[in-house]
Amino acid sequence: MVTVLDDNTALRQRAWDAAASVVDPEIPVLSIADLGVLRDVALDGDHVEVAITPTYSGCPAMNMIALEIELALERAGFRGSKVRTVLSPAWTTDWMSEEGRQKLRAYGIAPPQASSSRRALFGVQAVACPQCGSENTELLSEFGSTSCKALWRCKSCREPFDYFKCH
Amino acid sequence: MATANIEVSETPLVLYALRRADDALILGHRLSEWCGHAPMLEEDMALSNIALDLIGQARELYTYASKVEGKDNDEDKLAYLRDVRQYRNLLLVEQPNGDFAQTLVRQFFYSAFADLYWRAMMSSRDATLAAIAAKSEKESAYHLRHASEWLIRLGDGTDESHARAQAAIDHLWSFTGEMFAVDDGERALIHAGIAVDPGPLRGRWLQTLSDVAREATLMLPQNDWMQQGGRAGRHSEHLGHLLSELQSMQRTFPGLTW
Repeated sequence: MVTVLDDNTALRQRAWDAAASVVDPEIPVLSIADLGVLRDVALDGDHVEVAITPTYSGCPAMNMIALEIELALERAGFRGSKVRTVLSPAWTTDWMSEEGRQKLRAYGIAPPQASSSRRALFGVQAVACPQCGSENTELLSEFGSTSCKALWRCKSCREPFDYFKCH
Repeated sequence: MATANIEVSETPLVLYALRRADDALILGHRLSEWCGHAPMLEEDMALSNIALDLIGQARELYTYASKVEGKDNDEDKLAYLRDVRQYRNLLLVEQPNGDFAQTLVRQFFYSAFADLYWRAMMSSRDATLAAIAAKSEKESAYHLRHASEWLIRLGDGTDESHARAQAAIDHLWSFTGEMFAVDDGERALIHAGIAVDPGPLRGRWLQTLSDVAREATLMLPQNDWMQQGGRAGRHSEHLGHLLSELQSMQRTFPGLTW
C-alpha cells in the first residue's frame, strides 16, 4: 500500500469510492450509494468496516451486495474488510439520490414518489410512465419482479412498466 | 439417520423473539407453497414477494433470539432443527392454504394484526426489536392492503367467491384469539416496556376487519370460542407435515450448506 496511513481522509475516500462502486444486482444502473444502502465507511488502521442497511427484510440482493463490497475493497487494496448490517434507522426510498432517480427513469423504472409518509404509501395516485411521461397509468399488481417494485401499465403508450415502490 | 433437535434455553426474551420469528417463518413457508400455483402470474409474484418479506423478518428475529440466548443456535438451527413441539407460532399461520379464499383470509387476519403489532413495537425499549419492527411495519402495510383488496374482490364478487370467502372466515375465526393472548413471562416483558401488549390492539384490529368485511359484503362470526396452544408448542396436525418439507434437507444431510 503506497498511501501514507495518516492521510486518513484520502484513504477513507478511496474506501468509500470502492464500496460505492458496487451496484444493485437486480437494478444494475443503481449503485448502493444511489440507493442509500451504503451508510458508512469507517477506517481502523487499514481495515475497513462498511455499514449497509437492508432495503427489504427478505431482499436476496443484500448477501450479494455484502460480498461485492468485500471484493471491491480487496481490489482497491484493502485487506480483511468487514460489512456490517445496520437496521436502524430503517431504510427508506427517501434516501435515494436525485441522480439515482434519474438513472432509474432512464432505465425504464418509474422512481419512487418523493415522500414515504403513510399518506404517500396509501395515496399514490399519478405514477408517470418512464417511457412516454404520461400520467395516464394504472396499477396492475402491488408486487412486481422484485421486492421493491410494483407492476404498472401506461394507458397512453400501452407499455407495462415497473414502479419502484415508496418505502 | 435423523439429526437431533437442538435445545433452546427459552428465557422470556428468547421465547418472545422466537414466537414472532416462528409466525413469520411458518406463514412465509405456507405462502411459498403457492409459488407456481397461484391463479394468475401477478398473484404468484405477489404471494412469493410477501413470503420473502416474512422469511426476511423471521431471519432478523431468529438472529436476535440467537444473540440473546448466547449459545451457538444460529438462525438456521432455530429454523431447521427444532421439532413441532418446540415451535411457538400461532395456530392460525400453520393452517393449510386450502383454496385461494382461505389463504387470503388467513393473510388478512394476520396482516391486520401484524401491522398494528409492529407499529406498537417500534417504541419498544429494546433497540433491536424496535429496529426490526420499523422495517417490518412498512412491509406489513403493503401486505394488509393486498389482502384487504382481495377480500373485497372475493366477497363482493360472484356467488361462488362470496361463499368461499365467507366459509374461510367462519373456518379460521377460532384461530384469531391466540394473537391477543399473553402468558406470565410475556406479561413481565410488557411491564418492562420491551414487549407489546396485544390486548389494546384488539379494538382497532376488529375495526379494520369490520370495515373491510362491510365493503366485501361478508359477515364476521359472533362466536368467541377460541383455539389456543401454538404459543406453548401444542399444534394442529398440519405443522408436522409443513416442517417435514421445510426441514427435509437439513434432516437428511445434516450440516449441509449451499
